[in-house]
Amino acid sequence: MLAYLVKRVFQAIAVMFAISLISFAIQDNLGDPLRELVGQSVSEEVRQQLRDELGLNDSFLQQYLRFVGNALQGDLGTSYFFKEPALDVILKKLPATLELVFAATLIIIGLSVPLGVYTAIKPNNILSRTIMGLSIVGISIPVFLTAILMIFIFAVGLRWLPSYGRGEIVPVWGSWETNFATVDGWLHILLPAVALASIMLPLFVRLIRAEMMEVLQSEYVKYARAKGISPRRIYFVHALKNTLLPVITVGGVQIGTMVAYTILTETVFQWPGMGFMFLEAVNRVDTPLIVAYLIVVGFIFVVTNTIVDLIYGLVNPTVNIARMGA
Amino acid sequence: MTDINATREPGRLGRVWNSNFVYSFRKNPVAVVSMAIFLLIAAAALLAPWLAPVDPYDPSLFDIMDSELPPVWSDSGDSRFLFGTDDQGRDLWSAILYGTRLSLIIGLCAVALQALLGISIGLIAGYVGGRTDSLLMRLADIQLSFSTLMVAIIFLAVTQAMFGSETFNQYAVFMLIAVIGVAEWPQYARTVRATVLAEKKKEYVDSARVLGFGPLRIMVRHILPNSLSPIFVISTVQVANAIISEASLSFLGLGMPPSQPSLGSLISSGFDYIFSGSWWITAIPGVVLVVLVLVINLLGDWMRDVLNPKLYKG
Amino acid sequence: MSLLSVRDLTVKFAMRDQTVTALNQISFDVGRGERIGIVGESGAGKSITGFSLLNLISKPGFIAGGEILFDGQDIAKMKEAELRKIRGNRMAMIFQDPMVTLNPVLTIGQQMVETLMAHRKLSRAEAEQIAVLKLREVYIPSPEERLHQYPHELSGGMRQRIIIAIALLLDPQLIIADEPTTALDVTIQADIMELLLELCQSNKVGLILITHDLGVVSQMTERTLVMYAGRIIENGPTREIINDPQHPYTQGLINALPQQTLPGHKLKQIPGNMPALTDIPPGCPFSPRCSYATDRCRSERPRISRYGTVEVACHEVERLLKDEKKEMTA
Repeated sequence: MLAYLVKRVFQAIAVMFAISLISFAIQDNLGDPLRELVGQSVSEEVRQQLRDELGLNDSFLQQYLRFVGNALQGDLGTSYFFKEPALDVILKKLPATLELVFAATLIIIGLSVPLGVYTAIKPNNILSRTIMGLSIVGISIPVFLTAILMIFIFAVGLRWLPSYGRGEIVPVWGSWETNFATVDGWLHILLPAVALASIMLPLFVRLIRAEMMEVLQSEYVKYARAKGISPRRIYFVHALKNTLLPVITVGGVQIGTMVAYTILTETVFQWPGMGFMFLEAVNRVDTPLIVAYLIVVGFIFVVTNTIVDLIYGLVNPTVNIARMGA
Repeated sequence: MTDINATREPGRLGRVWNSNFVYSFRKNPVAVVSMAIFLLIAAAALLAPWLAPVDPYDPSLFDIMDSELPPVWSDSGDSRFLFGTDDQGRDLWSAILYGTRLSLIIGLCAVALQALLGISIGLIAGYVGGRTDSLLMRLADIQLSFSTLMVAIIFLAVTQAMFGSETFNQYAVFMLIAVIGVAEWPQYARTVRATVLAEKKKEYVDSARVLGFGPLRIMVRHILPNSLSPIFVISTVQVANAIISEASLSFLGLGMPPSQPSLGSLISSGFDYIFSGSWWITAIPGVVLVVLVLVINLLGDWMRDVLNPKLYKG
Repeated sequence: MSLLSVRDLTVKFAMRDQTVTALNQISFDVGRGERIGIVGESGAGKSITGFSLLNLISKPGFIAGGEILFDGQDIAKMKEAELRKIRGNRMAMIFQDPMVTLNPVLTIGQQMVETLMAHRKLSRAEAEQIAVLKLREVYIPSPEERLHQYPHELSGGMRQRIIIAIALLLDPQLIIADEPTTALDVTIQADIMELLLELCQSNKVGLILITHDLGVVSQMTERTLVMYAGRIIENGPTREIINDPQHPYTQGLINALPQQTLPGHKLKQIPGNMPALTDIPPGCPFSPRCSYATDRCRSERPRISRYGTVEVACHEVERLLKDEKKEMTA
C-alpha cells in the first residue's frame, strides 16, 4: 500500500510540474505586465529599468524558478482587473463551483447506479428500453442546450425556478458561502446541477449497465447461482462490486470533464463560480487570473485522480499485491 | 475453379461480412431512419450554397428592419424567411444550412485527424513494442486523464487572448479541428495497439515477415484490416462527440465567430434573446444539432451491436 | 427409487433465425451414492447436461421437454425459489476453472458463509466454524487464515480444493463436477481427483463427473455415459464400457487412447469431426465417421436399447447381437 501511495504522489507531482511549465509559458507570453503596471506613457529607459527591477530580463530558468517559488507560497500574481491576489479571487469563487459539482455528482451517483443496475437486470422490459432510449437522447444533447432548455421551460415558461445566480447564500467558514442552507439556495442550485449532471448521467447509466451485464455473464455469478444464493445478493454483492471497479476509474476521468462543463453551465446560469470568472478573465486578458485558474483546476484534477485511484485500490482486493510486487 | 482470385479468402470473407452487415441494417428500422436523416442533413449541408436563399456570411445582404422575425408558421412570420431571422436580420434557414456544414466539416476533419494520429501511434506502439510502446502508452494515459473539453477551452482561450479575436476568428476552423483532433488520439491508439498485439502472435504475420515484407507493408496490409470494425465504431461516437465539443466551444465564444456561425455560435447568439421571446434563434439550430448528434449516436449504437468489436477498456 | 432420474431431457438454444437442439431426449439414472461419468468430445453436450440438471441453462438456452426427477420432484418444472433450495444444498456443483469460479472481490470466508446462510439458519460464527471444518476435510492448511484471504492470493489447486469444500458444505446428495481438473496443472490433477473420490466415498455422496478423460472415468466412476452430438449413445458399467465397448464411437474413443497404441505407431484417431449442432445428419449422427455405417444408419435414427447391463444406440450392434442370439438358439 505504501509503495502504491508513493508512486501515486510521485505521478501527481510530475503532472503538477507539467502544469506549472505550461502556466509559466502562458504568463511569460500573454499580455504585458508592464503596461498593466504603468500604462503606455512611460519612456523606453524607465521601461527597461522597470523590466530589470521586475526580473523580466532574467533567464528563463530564473524566472520559472521564481514563479514556482511564489506559487508554492500561494502567490500567483495580482489580478489586473480585481487588483487583488489572483489566488484569493479564485478561492472566493471556488465554493460556488464545488457546490455545483457536488450537487451534480449526488444526482449522478444517486440515479445512475439504480438505473444502470435495473436496466442490466431487466434488459428487455419496457421501462429499461425507455431508460436506454432516453439515455442516448441525453448523451446527444450538449450541456449548454440542456441548460437553455431548462431555463426556457422552468424559468421563462413556467416561472417555477430562478434562471440565474446563486440566490440566498449563507456564510459557513472563511469565504465559503453555501447554497444548501436556505430554500432559495436550493431552488437556485437545482437547475444548474441538473444541467451539469445531464450529460454524465446517461453516460454512467450506460457504462454501469454494460459492465453489469458483462459481470452477470461471468462464471462466478453463474457459480453463485449454482450455490443457491438469492438474486438480490447476487446482484448487489457479487455483481455490483465488480461492476463498480471499472466505473470508479472512468468516474475519476469524468470529474475532470465535469469541471470543464461547469464553465458551460456557469455561463448559461450566470453562476458566480470559477468557470464563469475564467471566461471573463480571458475576455479581459487578465493573465494572472487565467494562470491561477489553470493551476487551481490542475490541482483539483490531480487530487481527485489520486483520490479515485486510492479508492480503487481500497475497493479492489487484487490491486495492492499486484502494484507492490511491481 | 476457373478464377482462383475470385475465391480468395479475404474477398469472400469481405463479402460475407458485407452482406451480414447490410442485412442487419435493413432489419433495424432505427438504423435505417437514422441513416436516412443523417444523409438528408449531410446532403443539405453539402448543397448549402445552392439551397440557401441568401449568403449568411455577407452582412450587406441583411436588413436590420428584418431582425428577429419569427418562423413562417407563426402569425407574424414573413414568407421570405422560412425559419425566421436572427438579431441582425439574417435568414436563419441559410445560416443553419451553412452552420450545419461547418459543424459537420469540423467534426469529420477532427475525427480524421484523431484517427490518423491514433492509428499511426497505435501501430507503432504495438509493432515496435518495448520502451517505445510503454512511453507512448504512458503518454496516452496522461492525455486521457485530462478532459478534452477542458484542454480545448484553455488552449483556445489562451490563443484568443494572445492573438486577439480577429486573427483568431480567421483561423478558428483550423484551430477547432486541431484542438479536437489532437486531444482524443489515445482512444484509437489503444484499440489499434491491442489488435496489433493480438495479431502479431498469429502465424500469417510471421510468415509475411519471413517472406521479407517490410514492417509498413505488414502493418497496413495485414494488421490494419483486422482493426477496422473497432475503428468504425469508435469513429461514429467520436464524430458525435466532436460536433458537441465544437458546438460547446463556439457557444463559449471560443470557436466559430458570429460572422461565420456554426450551429453552436448560432445557439449562443440566440441565447441573449430567449428572454425577450425570440426562442427560434436558439431553438431551431438547437434541434438541428441534437438531431444530427442523435442519429450519429444511434448509428454508432447499432454498429456496436452488429460488429461487436473488442474495444479497449481502460 | 434412484436419486436422480432423467427422462427424455431436451435442451434447445434459440438462435437468431433457428432453434438448435443441444440435448436430444437423453435419459439416465443416478442411484444414491452412485458415481457416474459423462464422457464425449467437447461440444457433445456434457456440460449442458450438467447445468440443466440444476436448471441453470442460461439464455438463449432452455429446457424444451422431458423430466429431471430428483428425489421424485421434477426440477425442470420447479419455480426459481424452489430451485434455490436445491442448488448448493442438496445438489452441488464444481465448475471447470477455479481461477474464474470464485468471486474476486469477496473473501473465501464470505463465499463459504453466504452459501451456508442461504440454506440454514445459522449465525455467522457457526457458519465460519463449519467452513473451517470443511476446509480441513479438503486438506487446506491453516483454514482459519484462508477465510480472510481473497481468491487471487491462492493457487489454482488450492482454489479448486476450496470449491470442493464449498460443494460439501451442506452435505449434498449429489455433486456435479464439470471437468474439475482440466484447468489445473497436470501434477495436481490426480491429487484433486483422488480427494474428490475419497470425499464422495466417505460421505456417501453421488457424483456426476463430466470429463473427456476415459482414464479418469475408469478410476472414479461405477457407470459411464458416452455422449455424441447431444445424445447418449452408450450407457453402462464403467468396467464394461472400457473393456468391451459396443458403440463404434466408444470403440474409437478407447482405441484412440495412447495406451492402446504401440510405441512408434500413430495414434488411432477417429477420422473426421463431430458435426456441428446446426447440421446433424438425419440418421445416426455418427454415421458419417463410422466404418460400419449402412444405408439404414444414414437415414434412420437408432434408438437406445438395453442389452444386458449396457444400453447402446446403434443399428449395427442391434443386428450383430440379434445374429448372435439366433446362433445361440439355433
